[in-house]
Amino acid sequence: MLRKIRISLASLMLIIITVLLCGINYKLSMAFAWVAKIQFLPALMAFDIVVILFLLLLTALFGRIYCSVICPLGVMQDVFGYVGGKVKKNRFSFSPEKKWLRYGVLFFFVLCLIVGFAPVTTLLAPYSAYGRIINSLIKPICDFINNALADSAAQNGSYLFSEVDIWTRSVTVPVVSVLTLLILALLALANGRTYCNTVCPVGTALSLVARNAIFKIRFDKSKCRNCSLCEKNCKASAIDFKSGTIDYSRCVVCGDCIEVCHFDALRFCAGGAKASDAPAEPDASRRAFIVGAAVAAGGVAAAQTLSKVDGGMAALTEKEAPERQTPLVPAGAVSVDRFKKHCTACQLCVSSCPNNVLRPSTSPERFMQPEMSYERGWCRPECKRCGDVCPAKAISPINGGDKKDIHIGHAVWIESNCLVTSADVACDCCARHCPQGAITMVKTNDNPQKAVPMVDVSKCTGCGACENLCPARPFSAIYVEGHEQHVYS
Amino acid sequence: MDRREFLKRLGLGTAAGAAVLAGCKTSSSSSGEDEVLDGHGTMTYRVNPNTGDSVSLLGFGMMRLPVVAGGTERDHPDSPIDQDMVNRQVDYALEHGVNYFDTSPAYCRGLSERATGIALERHPRKSYFIATKLSNFSPDTWSRKASIAIFENSLKELRTDYVDYLLMHGIGMPPGGDEGMKAFYGRYIDNGILDWLVEQKNKGRIRNLGFSYHGDIRVFDMLLKWHDEGRYHWDFAQIELNYLDWDYANEINPRNTDASYLYAELHRRGIPAVIMEPLLGGRLANQPANIMQRMQRQEPQSSAARWAMRFAGTPEGVLSVLSGMTYLEHLKENVETYSPLRPLNDEENALLMTLAQDIYELKSVPCTACNYCMPCPYGIDIPGNFAHYNRSISDDKMPSHNPLQSDFQKQKREYLIDYDRRVPKLRQADHCIGCGECLSHCPQGIKIPDELKRINDFVEYLKQN
Repeated sequence: MLRKIRISLASLMLIIITVLLCGINYKLSMAFAWVAKIQFLPALMAFDIVVILFLLLLTALFGRIYCSVICPLGVMQDVFGYVGGKVKKNRFSFSPEKKWLRYGVLFFFVLCLIVGFAPVTTLLAPYSAYGRIINSLIKPICDFINNALADSAAQNGSYLFSEVDIWTRSVTVPVVSVLTLLILALLALANGRTYCNTVCPVGTALSLVARNAIFKIRFDKSKCRNCSLCEKNCKASAIDFKSGTIDYSRCVVCGDCIEVCHFDALRFCAGGAKASDAPAEPDASRRAFIVGAAVAAGGVAAAQTLSKVDGGMAALTEKEAPERQTPLVPAGAVSVDRFKKHCTACQLCVSSCPNNVLRPSTSPERFMQPEMSYERGWCRPECKRCGDVCPAKAISPINGGDKKDIHIGHAVWIESNCLVTSADVACDCCARHCPQGAITMVKTNDNPQKAVPMVDVSKCTGCGACENLCPARPFSAIYVEGHEQHVYS
Repeated sequence: MDRREFLKRLGLGTAAGAAVLAGCKTSSSSSGEDEVLDGHGTMTYRVNPNTGDSVSLLGFGMMRLPVVAGGTERDHPDSPIDQDMVNRQVDYALEHGVNYFDTSPAYCRGLSERATGIALERHPRKSYFIATKLSNFSPDTWSRKASIAIFENSLKELRTDYVDYLLMHGIGMPPGGDEGMKAFYGRYIDNGILDWLVEQKNKGRIRNLGFSYHGDIRVFDMLLKWHDEGRYHWDFAQIELNYLDWDYANEINPRNTDASYLYAELHRRGIPAVIMEPLLGGRLANQPANIMQRMQRQEPQSSAARWAMRFAGTPEGVLSVLSGMTYLEHLKENVETYSPLRPLNDEENALLMTLAQDIYELKSVPCTACNYCMPCPYGIDIPGNFAHYNRSISDDKMPSHNPLQSDFQKQKREYLIDYDRRVPKLRQADHCIGCGECLSHCPQGIKIPDELKRINDFVEYLKQN
């Protein structure tokens, strides 16, 4: 019974969170966003006390069912484990808890959280690892299917599906995802929940509470006939049938042992144990980190052609990202530093960004955490999706019309790239498209002939319309430099 | 089923099919008792008083030739012209009495003349008339040498040693200021090219000399004055004429002149008029439901295109009406419309004049997708952007200007999805830099950067609501 309930709930949760991470449809994402928000580490980063207390209470009552039902990475391993079980039955055996490794990893992880060392925290966080796997391996498939459907919809005059851009946002994330998937799949196929029981910092943290959970799987030694099936089917390697003990710090309450026991020797019930208090995970503290210097991007003007014959389309060079001294993070992130400490790099915002602005960063110190760039679109004023979906509140939701009041960066004009100065074209593209009216074309005293763009930094929000729409390619003649601290006006 | 039975059944099937077809024929011909239906006689011809040429009322415009990938160069810019289809269309046209073929060195990215030459070469030279133009628009080609080279190259591409109708291309362009007059002098007078063309006419290499007109009316008036003075003789002239431009050309764009004036000026002097843009690049063939219904009430079976073609063919001073046909279906329909032409009666004419008023009120962009503005150096698909806007109007799919209206979200979604489907993102109006490079190329005198801004402002309004 316990097993069946667990499997149905876990399947449901896995499907919901996968759909969410694929970013298929915004309305669906909004309906499902809560599944990401009840993930332990994001909730901790978001300082969502209600969710944390709920999860701790849940664990104190029933043990680590979080790991069996809510955590998508855990459930994914169970899927591999199930396949492994088909190949080789009764393949597990008890192994003692490797405390030094578990607590060593947890300690190191908490330390990295505190100092904001992203490469470790983003790699080890279980939900984020799953998010990346879906984002890099499943979402592209969804997008391809979507575009095929959009194609046929276009032919049939339907508006059910519309085309999305498919492009490589990062190389690191897919590589890391494939490696994660391979390692976890191999571990799960052979040894079940090795990752969850020896590495996963969330699992170790929860096990502190789970040791003394009220409802536990209890071993009735009097009924046991020493058949060892329970031990051989415990994917957590937590049952020692000889001594009749179960390591509750590793048991994920999957119920498999109850199911295999022919003699009713295992039961999920309340006993006399008392629930202990939850250990408080400290929130991240501050740490300064200066990003290296960058060179202003060079650029090439769009080629001018003489129209001697009618028709044809001018070829367009793809835009290239400029090097920004300060990274651009979405409105709601408050500051680059805060963002770096809160983001677990689950890529949910990347999947949800309809303007192709967000992508994982390539910088090692913000390992796989998203950043913004404007080669394929700009951060449109009406869109607040990343903040709506972010489970860690690394991007806090923006309510009402605030977005236009948050200045995430400011535009910088690069004279040498500008068509006005380099190609003598009467271009006012950045000024005509600036939604804030922050750019004006000015004839300076130095050059009274040509009007060049001047940016009023106090009005500029850093949305990137100017950078994205600038005709200079591959490097725009105006680009947005990020703000360390977002300015609210 | 054995082989014999199969053959028997096949035979029966064929016989039945033939009977059905025969039945169709009888019923359709019997329905024509009351009035003469279009397409059941022979092509209407008009006589050119200068040469005695008997010219078909339908002229084949070779500006929108089909490409291999489908549609025209507008739909697939990199696809080559579908020569097999062009040959088929030319064969069909000649078979059905069309004998006037109009091309230019500039059309279809400069490939139209060659395709026309290949298709026509397969028929006796005397069985058709070729019209082409001296399209020396670019100042680089204003020199005498370059202009002559363009004409000589036309003969080569068209695989012939004479042109039946040669036009000075787009006199009066670009509109605005004295630009049109300057360009006319630069292209044809200062370099002596007009006199050289007259020479060629005397040599028999050009049989009829004329011009096509867009833009500055002073150039048009001046050329007719020269005609009156006997300085030059125009064998024909090409003007834009349709029921919208008849009275509204000037309202749509103050720089343009109503077709009624242009036609009257030519007719008064006995100069045959060749008509371009009878359908405004297909815009008049695609009408909103309420306009369409009023046409259908008058004549249920007639398409919007047929109404417009009949209007353009009705004035007796019209020598030929050019339609830039991409599809065999369009060719067939136009052939039917003019075989023979049923001239518009007063009642029908009055209806079109009322409709013109309403079409004018729709405020669509007066683009005919002639492609003269292309390529935009910044990659914008100018006619594509206008076509999407206009189609949203003609398909009654324009989102409301009030976001609170009940179906606003649905209409908005469809408008934006259609926009992305019809125009690639990088070629949409938001990428216009306002450089104005296109302005001098537009025969309609559209203020392209302003119109693109208007379209983009509308898209922004939709996206932000």
